[in-house]
Amino acid sequence: MSAAQTSSAVEASLTALAVSLRGVTKTYDNGVMALGPLDLAVRKGEFISLLGPSGCGKSTALRLIAGLSAPSSGIVRVARHEGPAQPGHGIGFVFQEPTLMPWASVRENVRLPLKLGGVPKAEGRARADEALASVGLADFTDAYPRELSGGMKMRVSLARALVTDPDILLMDEPFAALDEITRFCLNNDLLALWRTLGKTVIFVTHSVFESVYLSQRVVVMTARPGRIQADLRIETVEPRGEEFRTSAAYSDYCRRVSAALAPSYSGQSTL
Amino acid sequence: MSAQASVTAKPSPAQRAMRFVLPVIVFAAGLLAWELVVRIKDIPPYVLPAPSVIVVTLIRDWAVLSQSLATTLLTTLEGFAAASIGGIALALLFNQSKWVEYSLFPYAIVLQVTPVIAIAPLLLIYLEQQTAVVVCAFIVAFFPVLSNTTLGLNSVDRNLAGLFQLYGASKPQTLRFLKLPAALPYILGGLRIAGGLSLIGAVVAEIAAGTAGAGSGLAYRIAESGYRLNIPRMFAALLLLSLAGIVIYGVLAVVSHLVLRRWHESALGKES
Repeated sequence: MSAAQTSSAVEASLTALAVSLRGVTKTYDNGVMALGPLDLAVRKGEFISLLGPSGCGKSTALRLIAGLSAPSSGIVRVARHEGPAQPGHGIGFVFQEPTLMPWASVRENVRLPLKLGGVPKAEGRARADEALASVGLADFTDAYPRELSGGMKMRVSLARALVTDPDILLMDEPFAALDEITRFCLNNDLLALWRTLGKTVIFVTHSVFESVYLSQRVVVMTARPGRIQADLRIETVEPRGEEFRTSAAYSDYCRRVSAALAPSYSGQSTL
Repeated sequence: MSAQASVTAKPSPAQRAMRFVLPVIVFAAGLLAWELVVRIKDIPPYVLPAPSVIVVTLIRDWAVLSQSLATTLLTTLEGFAAASIGGIALALLFNQSKWVEYSLFPYAIVLQVTPVIAIAPLLLIYLEQQTAVVVCAFIVAFFPVLSNTTLGLNSVDRNLAGLFQLYGASKPQTLRFLKLPAALPYILGGLRIAGGLSLIGAVVAEIAAGTAGAGSGLAYRIAESGYRLNIPRMFAALLLLSLAGIVIYGVLAVVSHLVLRRWHESALGKES
């Protein structure tokens, strides 16, 4: 099934929201208002990017959705797994850094969420190997993180986020620290995974080009406190590939997203 | 703490060989000069014994000295074990509860900054001598373990901690799978310092007990030989103490290297 069909089918049903934020704000202990008020609805199976200047609270929004911190006001709703409770509440999180345990092998790093959830060792190892194979690291299960390149570490991190088979994948500028070639490669692999696995992806980035290339929807945020500046839909022929990256439609979308982002940057300079 | 330098790989084999050869040459030259000065100046052994005399004494008195060595090493080991377990346990307790940490940490510092040589005579009054000596070794050695373990437990990667939180890890799981492994390099560093310090603590307590005590450790032998002007035996006992210290350090350094070699920066060669 194509992604366009999925989204139109999903639009028909209001219950098909994966994540919804209503009037969410976050004020830190030091009085800095980082976010909001923010209203955001993400449909199941949607690939959405949060784009904004650094410090605009996009990472904060992601941490609120993940339940890693609580909102100061407002409601965060995340659709739960149907059936038996899963470790991680159906959420996979990929941090800005690979965030691997240096003392554990790649396989043990990926198995961690299952181990914490009480999955038996043999089953956990098998599922970890499977997740590693899906990101193209089948041959590196026994390696240690320090023996891997930056891109490979990020793939391990992605495999770990996928190993619990979550409904929602939250990604916090995962490829920001990588070189462009590795980043393009991982962008394509991520799109391929998203197409086959059909997960909801919320992808935080500060790259206009990355957000347009990857997502069905780009949500542009203002400078702190982060609010929604624009919500743009990126429609193109699926599956996307290198020809989309070089197409006129792509550069047109990039121009529109950049234009939407411009007020945030000019707002930032007055801070 | 900069001892890790010895593990780092060196550019060329010749240079590496020189690192071992040069100290040996210096040592041999020193011994030779010492031997010559004693022989030429005809210095009596009760003023300064020649190295050869010290070696002869070491062999002749081996029965007595080896027993003293065993006693001191056992004391050191007991003090070290107590310091390791106590230091790590206390650090874990501090990590679980801030209130416990606030209540007890100042006293740990007081215990650390009060010179053990001043505490030892008191301990010898209140405790049996063997116990007092072990307690001294413990007091000197436990603080580096405590402070290093505390530092290690507090330097867990914040994102990793977030990850454990996200996957609903329980407190024991977080401790076992995250905090302890993350703190391991720090703990091992603390243990390496504690090894040498527990030997110092044991020796200090033995010296404080002096000839009045019923002890038979190496430090006791040094004090006793001093009173008898048996200077060669003093040197022989000192030599054994020094060797014991080197062996303790070496063993702990090797253990640390073996435990960390797969993943920690400190144990990695130049290839990474």
